[in-house]
Order: sequence, then C-alpha cells, then structure tokens
Amino acid sequence: MLPGLLIILSCQLLGEALVLALDIPVPGAVVGMLILLLGLMFYGEVIPGLRTAGEGLLKYLPLMLVPSGVGLMVHFELIARDWLAISLALLLSTLVTFVVTALLMERLKKPESAEKETL
Amino acid sequence: MSGQLSLWQQLAAAPVLWLVVTLAVFMAASWLNQRCGRTPLLHPVVVSLSVIIVLLKLVNVSYDQYMEGAVLLKFLMGPAIVALAIPLYDNLARVRDLLVPLLVGCMAGALTAALSAVGVALLMGADITTVLSLAPKSVTSPIAIEVADKLGGYGSLAAGLVLITGALGCLMAPALFRLLKIDDPAVRGFTLGVSAHAMGTAFAFEYGAVAGAFSGLAMGLTGAFTAVVLPYLMILLGITAG
Repeated sequence: MLPGLLIILSCQLLGEALVLALDIPVPGAVVGMLILLLGLMFYGEVIPGLRTAGEGLLKYLPLMLVPSGVGLMVHFELIARDWLAISLALLLSTLVTFVVTALLMERLKKPESAEKETL
Repeated sequence: MSGQLSLWQQLAAAPVLWLVVTLAVFMAASWLNQRCGRTPLLHPVVVSLSVIIVLLKLVNVSYDQYMEGAVLLKFLMGPAIVALAIPLYDNLARVRDLLVPLLVGCMAGALTAALSAVGVALLMGADITTVLSLAPKSVTSPIAIEVADKLGGYGSLAAGLVLITGALGCLMAPALFRLLKIDDPAVRGFTLGVSAHAMGTAFAFEYGAVAGAFSGLAMGLTGAFTAVVLPYLMILLGITAG
C-alpha cells in the first residue's frame, strides 16, 4: 500500500514539476497519470501494492468531487444569467458527441473484423 | 477573543466539522442512490452537493470556511487522477489490436464534445467563464475540474456540468443505440465512455464486461487527450479568459 502511494504521489510530483518547468497549461496530475501509464507499459505489470493504493483512491473518487461541486454555491449568479446557454450546450453537445462517436466507431471497426475473417 | 464567540461559531470554524458533514451526507446519498436502483438522476455527488449547499446557506457559512476542512478531500483528487493510469493500462492491454481505431474515435469524440459545447454557448452569448467551464464537460470530473481551472473557467461549475452531461448521456443511450442500430457491446461501451465519462462507464457495465472495459478505456483516453489538447485548442481559437 505505502510503496504504491509513494509511486502515485511521485508521478504527480514529477508531473507538477514538468508542467512548471515547461510552462504548459496542462494539469500536473494528468501529466503524472501519463508518466505512470508509460511506466506501466515499460515495466509490463501493475505491482500489487500499486494496485491496492490506486484502487483504494479510485473507489472514493466520487466523495473527493463533492467539495468542488459545493463550489457551485458561489456561481449562482453566473448560472442564473447563462442557464439557457448552458442547458442547450449540454443537451446538443452530448447528443452530437454520442451520435458522432457511435457512427464513427461502427464504421472504423468494420474493416478490422472483415480483415480477421479473411485471415 | 474566543470567549466572545459562541460554541457554534468556534465549531463552525473547526475544519473537522465540515469533513464529518461531507462524509455523512455522502454516505446517506450513496445509500439513497442504491435504494433507487442507482439512477443517474439521483447521483450521490449531485445529491450530496445540493444538500451541503442548502445546509451551508441555512447556517450562514461561506464556501471558503467550508473548504478549510473539505480541501483535504479535494487534495486527494490529484493522486486519484494519477491512479486512473492503472485501469487505463489494464484496458489498453486487452485491446492492443484495436488501438488505432480507438484512438481516432476518442479524438474525434473529444473534439466534437468540446467544440460543440463551446460553439453553442458562444452563439447563445454566454459569459466567457461559462464557455471555458463548459469546454471540458465530457471529461471525467477530476480532470475537468483541473482543466477548467487552468483555462480560466470555474472548476466547480465544470464539476456540475460534467455530472449533468453524464446523466444526459446515460438517459439518451438506450434510445440512441436503438435508433442508430448499434448492437456491438464494444461500440456501445466506447461511445458511453467518450460522451458520458465515468457515469457512462458505470452504465456500460449493464451491457456486459466488454462494454464496461471499452467504456473505461474511452473515458481514460478522452480525459488524457482533452487535458493535453484543449488548452492549446482554446488559445488557437482565441477563446481565453480576460
């Protein structure tokens, strides 16, 4: 558990350091995630301690989101002003994204399975 | 000094109080969600944040004061984002042959999501902070919060919009799959992961383990791709704060 936590926090630290050093507008934790992913691909397996720590963190991810969500209380004025734009943007964008992704994936996987059949 | 403050005022300033409240409300909300068949309409995070906002307004405590305790939970978001690499790695190993079409699908979906949301909001004359908070709305909440903050939007607004997007995606899914004649569980899962992040992934497991794995993969790839590309895309399009 502790070695896993150390690996995860070290990846985050490295990510934050890279973001600061290169001055890029990407969240440090996301860079940390990519570092860990590369590390896992290089190493070839997830050591048990890392899995325990990672799954422990991810299990309680929804709880960690609550404090940020409560922050909505300071944006009521903005929401009252833009509620129609927000609702339309969410509805249309979710619909379009869903249809585009579904149809594209349906198209893209076809040559793949046809290839397998001929092999 | 402290003699002039009531017991309540001293307690309200104690960080541990708001940790206890957050944990207790979240546990109750999770229980409620389970009792209601895990409907996305009563998502535990949505119920919790609503209850806590009402509670804070009732006892007249500011968000800053609440965050003195709750910031501890928020801090854990960073390591949790890093830990997303583990399921992503597991799922990547399973679909190695399909990697190229999956990457193409995820990029197309992520760009469609961000550009359509930003486009509609701009056309409707929304405030620039609203637009920047909407941009990462298809991405899993912790990443969306960080991306929105980096862009100059509001992370907390993004968190709320992400949850609504997730619920919308899950509610639309059955009808859209029927309409578009999508039967392949891999395509169903992937679509849910791209358009409805973690909530879509939870929903995808109802179509089986294959759909769930593809959905988890799609969620991770979309999150990473959006976090890296979106800031530059917004700068390129000239959509920036201030």
